[in-house]
Amino acid sequence: MKVLKFFLIIILFLPISSLDAEEYEKRNKITKNLRCLICQGQSIYDSDSEFANSLKILVDKKLSEGLSEDQIYEYFKSKYGEWILYDPGLNKNTYILWLLPLLIFLVGGAIIYKSFIVKK
Amino acid sequence: MIYSLVGHYSLIVGLIIGLSLFYFSYKNFNNSTIVNTKILSFTFLQLFFVAISFICLILSFIFSDFSNETVFNNSHTTKPLFYKISGTWGNHEGSLLLWLLVLTLFIFLFLVRSKNQPVKYKILTLVFQQIIIVGFFLFLIKTSNPFNFIFPTPTEGLGLNPILQDPALAIHPPILYLGYVGSSIIFSSVLAATSLKIISPSWASHIKKWVLISWIFLTLGILLGSIWAYYELGWGGFWFWDPVENVSLMPWFALTTLLHCILVLEKKSILTSWVIILSIATFTLSMCGTFLVRSGILNSVHTFANDPERGLFILIFLFILIFLSILIFFFFHKDDEKKTYSFFWLSKESSILINNWFMMYFLSVVLIGTVYPIFLDVISSQKISVGPPFYHKLIIPFLIPFLLMMAIGPKLKWIKSQLEDKIYLIFFLIISILLAFLILKNFNQNILINTILISSALYLFFITLRDFFVKKYKNISQNIAHFGFSLLILSILFNNLFASEIITNLKVGETFENSKTKIVFESVDEKKKQNYNAIIANFSIINSNGEQESLSPELRIYNQPVIATSEADIKTTLMSDKFIVINLVQNQDFFNVRYQVKPFMLWIWLSVMLISSGGIISFLKKRI
Amino acid sequence: MINKILPYSVIIIFVIIFFIFYKSLEDSKIYTPDTYSKKDLPVFNTKDFFSGENVKSSSIFELDKIYLLNIWSSWCVPCRQEHSLLMNLSSDNKLNVIGMNYKDNLKNAQNFLKELGNPYKEIFIDLDGTTAIEWGAYGVPESFLIINNEIVKKYIGPLNQKLIDEINLLIE
Repeated sequence: MKVLKFFLIIILFLPISSLDAEEYEKRNKITKNLRCLICQGQSIYDSDSEFANSLKILVDKKLSEGLSEDQIYEYFKSKYGEWILYDPGLNKNTYILWLLPLLIFLVGGAIIYKSFIVKK
Repeated sequence: MIYSLVGHYSLIVGLIIGLSLFYFSYKNFNNSTIVNTKILSFTFLQLFFVAISFICLILSFIFSDFSNETVFNNSHTTKPLFYKISGTWGNHEGSLLLWLLVLTLFIFLFLVRSKNQPVKYKILTLVFQQIIIVGFFLFLIKTSNPFNFIFPTPTEGLGLNPILQDPALAIHPPILYLGYVGSSIIFSSVLAATSLKIISPSWASHIKKWVLISWIFLTLGILLGSIWAYYELGWGGFWFWDPVENVSLMPWFALTTLLHCILVLEKKSILTSWVIILSIATFTLSMCGTFLVRSGILNSVHTFANDPERGLFILIFLFILIFLSILIFFFFHKDDEKKTYSFFWLSKESSILINNWFMMYFLSVVLIGTVYPIFLDVISSQKISVGPPFYHKLIIPFLIPFLLMMAIGPKLKWIKSQLEDKIYLIFFLIISILLAFLILKNFNQNILINTILISSALYLFFITLRDFFVKKYKNISQNIAHFGFSLLILSILFNNLFASEIITNLKVGETFENSKTKIVFESVDEKKKQNYNAIIANFSIINSNGEQESLSPELRIYNQPVIATSEADIKTTLMSDKFIVINLVQNQDFFNVRYQVKPFMLWIWLSVMLISSGGIISFLKKRI
Repeated sequence: MINKILPYSVIIIFVIIFFIFYKSLEDSKIYTPDTYSKKDLPVFNTKDFFSGENVKSSSIFELDKIYLLNIWSSWCVPCRQEHSLLMNLSSDNKLNVIGMNYKDNLKNAQNFLKELGNPYKEIFIDLDGTTAIEWGAYGVPESFLIINNEIVKKYIGPLNQKLIDEINLLIE
């Protein structure tokens, strides 16, 4: 599911590599979605810890190898577990997570709708 | 040492007063004079002793009395005085003492300002509040005493985490607590009023000021926390959907919805169930937040020391309060408004209901996102993270109808409405869409969703602005608050869309240049302060117009505890912030430099202040 | 009738929630990664510490042998603490101690070994930290016990005597 790209439009200039604007965005999107596991509540995009920096280098490497965004997430999940992704994705573990709020919204709507119908 | 003794025994006295208040309330349930004299005095005494205790703790910090375990764990002789004082509430035990202070303060003020209320109501409110207060006394004395002794007395303390040594963070807890601990009085009084079946428009008028006070401080408290995160933590963001941030936001959703319902209840005798449930929910969410943050089941940069024993106490305490509330609600509250009141789908009542509907949805998104990982872990031992992408995906689409309703809702009449002057409404809608499109047309990203989002926010912006000039001072507090909200959404949107960043590695003397900006790493200085040493990096930023700006981020090493931090230098102006931060790279002689231009940051803060000033005006209006 | 069901269902829901929170308090609070399930060795290319020549991971780790991979750096303070224990382990014939020098300056690392001794049968280097990530490591120090080309146990943080005893038990 394509994420709503509501985020920062970042213009990144790295002295070493020469990725173009679209690749930078992809890289930023990926690094913002990866959790810095030795920090307390930061993505590897935000963090400058050793771990985060190594991960960023690895993301660049995988991108230049041609891996897709999902493949890169799979790779890190295999090393560190689901915990490393900030976007919980839609899988058997997270159906309730995503659907419960929407269910609540619909139920709320139904209750309010009923209160109008009753009035008429 | 004397302070610890006085502080400790003051707490015991406070607890005893609490217990005796139960007794007096029971014995004098209907006695008006007793309430206004003896019981009021005892309530004041309880506040007095808690205040003494609190002052003793502050003094222990100021004089660096390391025989006190809390002071030892959280302070150091070289800390500046201001932070010694604010360190009092920057730790678990001290912050609980602050809880008690606010709890006892609010019940005392409530009794003072409610002289004309029915006696039974006042006594019952006191009783419910004392249940909370006594619970906290027991919690404090048994598991989190701020006055524990250590012997032999250490000569030096362990110090306060340097990221907590910041002015915004120093006043953030007191302001925040006045907000969500203050909601305790709404909780207690709603339970009392429900039991006595006196929930009515006049009761709503009476309770409104307490709801406003709690709401104003909660809004400002959250604002201060975000300002601290932005200026101090150095990652350039101000909200991360971190569990502890969410935990302060959830009561805010409930409280804002409650405020709207109270405003309705004041005029019409409807939404009583909503009012009761929301009042209970606000304080429950505050307590729940306390539980999540202090028990150790959440991982966050904000959490206090992890201690499951404390967690267990709060958990049981919290659920006792919940079950008590459920019992009172179902037993005493009879909802017969449904039979007598009816309204049309296009009316003020319906717009408030729709508001409630959306707010409860937002609340559920934040609640589920925060709590789900815990549930999943317990049920299936899987660990996942729920971060910003989740919240953004579920909240942002719903903001669009929400903003539109906020613009139109206040214009609807009670019971039934036909929208008058539809022309200007449609006119502004077209202007908003056109303007949004103009602003965005150079971006190829997601132009549709962004246009719709910005249009809705602009629509609210224009409508509230127009109402301000046309309707003058009618309903000004609502006008300003809604206007502030539109400004907040617009500021956040533009900040996200138009921010830019440069990340590069530079040695002293080197320059980075692109078509818009030139960054020159001029020099490096050293600085020694009371409790840290710093390396200051001096940069010159030159933009395409030739204008130059100097920025100097720092790398600091604090002495106790030994922590290295990176302090960003942020130049804030009305239209945008320039933000720069440096980091050491292991084994290299260059620095990693991050430079960001962030437009409209100041407007984000200002708009939240506008929102709360709407509340302040409403509060003050009653006095005039 | 709905009015009868509602209070009871609300109470039941909250009771369930209470028990879930209660149970979660009992469980471990800090995320400890999968330290117990067996994992295959990562395949990677690296450079030898002393010679600087390229090395393939398959040539370092042979089947049928037991290895302890230790990630270390000269700038890592806890690494100093565990170093003497590693020296003791290196004298054990059953176990081969391999070193991964993490994000280090060559000279500093060499001085570190000169000062504290070299317990490693072989050392390879990880200059940018990416090899450590292949192993699923978080930083320094970390150690991996490898039996039959499988990662049997992962130790995050410096080794202590208790863990050494455990290792000795496992390699019997």
